[in-house]
Amino acid sequence: MTGSSAMVWLDYLAALVGGLFLLATFGMVVTRQVQGCLRYFILQSVLLCASALLLGLRLHSWHVFAVGVIDLINKPFIVPWLLRRTVREEIFSRREVTQVLNIPTSLLIASLLVLIAYGLARPLLHVADGSYISINLPIGLAGLFVGAYTASVRREAVPLFLGLLAMENAALFAGFAIAPKLPMLVELAVIFDVLIVVFVFGILTRAVHEHIGTTEVGTLTLLKEESKP
Amino acid sequence: MAQRIAFNLLQVLVVMSCSPLVFGVLNRLKEIVQSKRGPSVWQPYRDLWKLFHKDEIISEQSSWIFRFAPYVIFVTPIFVTLLIPVLTSYPLFFAFMGDMLGGGFVLTLGGFFAVLAAVDTANPYGPVGASRTRMVGFLAEPVFMIVFFTVAFVANSTIPYIVQQRWITPPANFFSPSHVLLMLAFFLLILAEGGRLPVDNPSGHFELAMIDESKGLEYSGRGAALAKWGGQMKFFVLLCIYLNVLVAPWGLAAGQTWDSVLVAIPLVLAKIFVFVLVLVVIESSLAKLRLFRITEFLGGALVISILAMFTRVLFSF
Repeated sequence: MTGSSAMVWLDYLAALVGGLFLLATFGMVVTRQVQGCLRYFILQSVLLCASALLLGLRLHSWHVFAVGVIDLINKPFIVPWLLRRTVREEIFSRREVTQVLNIPTSLLIASLLVLIAYGLARPLLHVADGSYISINLPIGLAGLFVGAYTASVRREAVPLFLGLLAMENAALFAGFAIAPKLPMLVELAVIFDVLIVVFVFGILTRAVHEHIGTTEVGTLTLLKEESKP
Repeated sequence: MAQRIAFNLLQVLVVMSCSPLVFGVLNRLKEIVQSKRGPSVWQPYRDLWKLFHKDEIISEQSSWIFRFAPYVIFVTPIFVTLLIPVLTSYPLFFAFMGDMLGGGFVLTLGGFFAVLAAVDTANPYGPVGASRTRMVGFLAEPVFMIVFFTVAFVANSTIPYIVQQRWITPPANFFSPSHVLLMLAFFLLILAEGGRLPVDNPSGHFELAMIDESKGLEYSGRGAALAKWGGQMKFFVLLCIYLNVLVAPWGLAAGQTWDSVLVAIPLVLAKIFVFVLVLVVIESSLAKLRLFRITEFLGGALVISILAMFTRVLFSF
């Protein structure tokens, strides 16, 4: 296989990964179970890493590749592990998570958001050259919007937070394509920030659960004075 | 010319003879997954043989539709077989008689008569199953339309043979995000239209939960055999469209000789076997959806197909 045809195959694979990434993001919108939501997040993270590895190979940029490798350890393994350690186990077995809007409506809104993302990405495609940007940028933007939407309609704390993490994934997905020459330091900082955020969030959820007895943060609308014993 | 007609008829023969085998293999594998031995893979053939030799009983209250429907159900997949690539990658004699939409209409005609016949005898379970089938059908309809639209947009044609050629040249088409999404949307459609889990439980015998099965409850003897065989052929035809046109357009005969066409038969069956393996995994691990969750299932398929359309139409600048 010659060098250029290998490049073409890398482009094909990157496009394939992009399609699957969008699907995984939608999986997080449709699923009702906390466990399922976590699984889709893991799938999305694996696809993000696959995209980073492919892009690293494509651009001969070792630090995009390195970030991909570090992320492959970080997101699919350490983040779920940390979440399971800090948040109580019974939350993950919850099957019917409530939402503000029902799932068919959510799907329609999410697909509308994808349309908007494509519309917004279209004039931005000239900021960097390469065919991968026309895949990564719109899909990353769409993931960002859909993640934000998930985070805003979910009433349960863990899926809500997973929506935020999905946003972060999507931002990274688009970011690789726009600025592959970003210093390694910035990317490492982002990765470790995520870990700290997950940790803080886990402890917060635990505290909310211990104080109020529920993690359905969507129903917490009133401030309540704590009764001193 | 004569050879092309012969190949076309060979396709029909393959569909007729191999479609019960798909169900035999599927049922056997499902039983093996459940640690049972299961019936032989030839059991569907024996069932058909038995039904053809039994007496047929027809209600006096029924009209001509009830008698006529099994023949329509049996014949419509055969007509569609003439239009789609089952064995060869080049168009055969009847290929330009109808496009994908035409094939879709012909297949729907069979479904339409099955529904009418189910209502005809006034058996209490027939109309229930018939109306549920229509519910699944009309929810699946927009997905079909958008899938066909996107495919036609990519290929600039609605003839299945041409679509299948365009889909792999250039190869970038095959790997594009919209292709992944389309494959998934059509897969969900096949599950819904074929009455498989998680939409409908094909092995369930509880009348109130049935969708597809309850339409054929009144049939016996030859009518039952024809309707059953027709259903199996319809599933086989759907698989051929899915696998040969959308997913894996390889392994079809490119040459005009008899050997290359005959070699294509085991290759196509191997593709279908891989699909059956996926189906076994799904049917062994998922439970049936509640009736009103089916809207969500097909709504998901619709959104996936819409996404496929977006990514395709908006990418092609």
